[in-house]
Amino acid sequence: MDNQSLIAAVTAAANNIKLREKADRAAIEVPAEGLLALMQKLRDDAQFSFDMLCDHTVIDWLAEGTFEFVYQLYSMTHQHYLMVLTRVSRDNPTVPSVSSLWKIAEWQERECYDMFGALYDGHKDLRRLFLEDDWKGFPLRKDYKDDFMLERPQ
Amino acid sequence: MSVIVSSLEQRIRADNLKESPLSTQEYFVNMGPQHPSTHGVLRMVVKLDGETVREVIPVLGYIHRGIEKMGESFGYRQFVHMTDRIDYLSALINNWAVSMTVEKAAKIELNDRIQIIRTIMAELQRIQSHQLWWGVFGMDMGAFTPFLYGFRDREIITDIFEETIGARLTMNYIQPGGLMFDIHPNFQKRVKDFLKYFKPKLEEYETLLSGNVILQERVRNVGIMDAKTAISIGATGPVLRASGVKHDLRKLDPYGVYDKVDFDVPVGRIGDCWDRYWVRIEEIKQSMRIVEQLIDNIPEGKTMLMKPAVKIKLPEGTYYSQVETPRGVLGVFVVSDGKDKPYRIHLRTPNFNNIWSITEMSSNWRLGDLVAMLSSLDVVVPDIDR
Repeated sequence: MDNQSLIAAVTAAANNIKLREKADRAAIEVPAEGLLALMQKLRDDAQFSFDMLCDHTVIDWLAEGTFEFVYQLYSMTHQHYLMVLTRVSRDNPTVPSVSSLWKIAEWQERECYDMFGALYDGHKDLRRLFLEDDWKGFPLRKDYKDDFMLERPQ
Repeated sequence: MSVIVSSLEQRIRADNLKESPLSTQEYFVNMGPQHPSTHGVLRMVVKLDGETVREVIPVLGYIHRGIEKMGESFGYRQFVHMTDRIDYLSALINNWAVSMTVEKAAKIELNDRIQIIRTIMAELQRIQSHQLWWGVFGMDMGAFTPFLYGFRDREIITDIFEETIGARLTMNYIQPGGLMFDIHPNFQKRVKDFLKYFKPKLEEYETLLSGNVILQERVRNVGIMDAKTAISIGATGPVLRASGVKHDLRKLDPYGVYDKVDFDVPVGRIGDCWDRYWVRIEEIKQSMRIVEQLIDNIPEGKTMLMKPAVKIKLPEGTYYSQVETPRGVLGVFVVSDGKDKPYRIHLRTPNFNNIWSITEMSSNWRLGDLVAMLSSLDVVVPDIDR
């Protein structure tokens, strides 16, 4: 499916979906509550069949006080991409885990916990991936500081 | 009535699984981070029962350098220099990934000369990477000669790169807007000489290692991963293609001049270590085919279309591009807020996904087979940790 018909089909399949502006691929925004149901549908529905979670990461929008969760989906059958984004508050960054749908999500979510402190509801083994277990803070947050960090003079 | 025909191997495996009358105890053994066959600082906690692997827990982060955090304080042109440190065996292709993201976002059209030189360089890099993998794979299987042969032939490509680029490992040749330098006058001749030299050598590789009975016994039917698991793990590159999925970005989402050249995508049958071996050997042949088609057809033209001193500013928005490296799909995700530095830059590296397939394929195999499986995945650890 090309980008426009894909977005039209996804918008028809679920409620509360907004089109994401300023993205170079097909991209939609959904509220965090509807995320898991939508992901389930995107994976299992034959017209989408997104069988690969290509990439998952988080963007820290410090000024707005939100975390934006980014899921890049890819379908081996139809060869189309879809970027799914969802925003949650920085104070309680919890989204449902999609590790029951795609195996790799388990480790991608662990990386996001490690780097951003993002929490995943329903993840069975949420612990740090790259850093030590007793590391203080989450380094990829925009307001992260530690004693060893070198800062560029402004 | 149904008759089940078993094989010796299935019989042995079934025996491994059976409850032993002797009281055995499962125990954990650390493999790595300093271990010759983990290809860098990869640590695996292996749950063993005797010599049988029950579970593998990869422990990462021993070479985590925070490249994504550093990227937030670099300009786009500077960030290119980070990418050849993530997967040092595909430095040029990694440079290309970032350059492509920037060029697409800034809407820079490239001329044919740049595209063709980039494609030739990328394919030479792919051959070079697979040569090193072949040598190391032989060494992990207990044969030292392939290691020497692989490095001997790799040296020729490294010399070709050195002549044009000036560096041998961490090359910063592909830049946003073009190439760092024009190619050296000797480049075309030396590449053609290399192809003439390497074709019979590749046959030698095959007779030396591929047909070897010991290797065949150690890799055939070992570490099988089916296509569905591979896709769910997000494995890409030779690991996915060995499982029978014909997924190659050079065909499906062509960049450079891959849509104008003729090449095949080798695909494995069952996804065992042998398929992953065979797919890579075939890829060397296909890469040589691509280089052969292009090397005499480099047109004249400029090699740099942007002024190097100008800071690149991307319009606000998110950008994602990907390339096919020797190990799989490398994606670059850039979030720009309109300034000369990215607000967030994320790398979707192939090895991060590929390494997890070891947890799926290794259970109930012997510890020695774990080494074969790890080697057949061709992991580069800095690429996992970033």
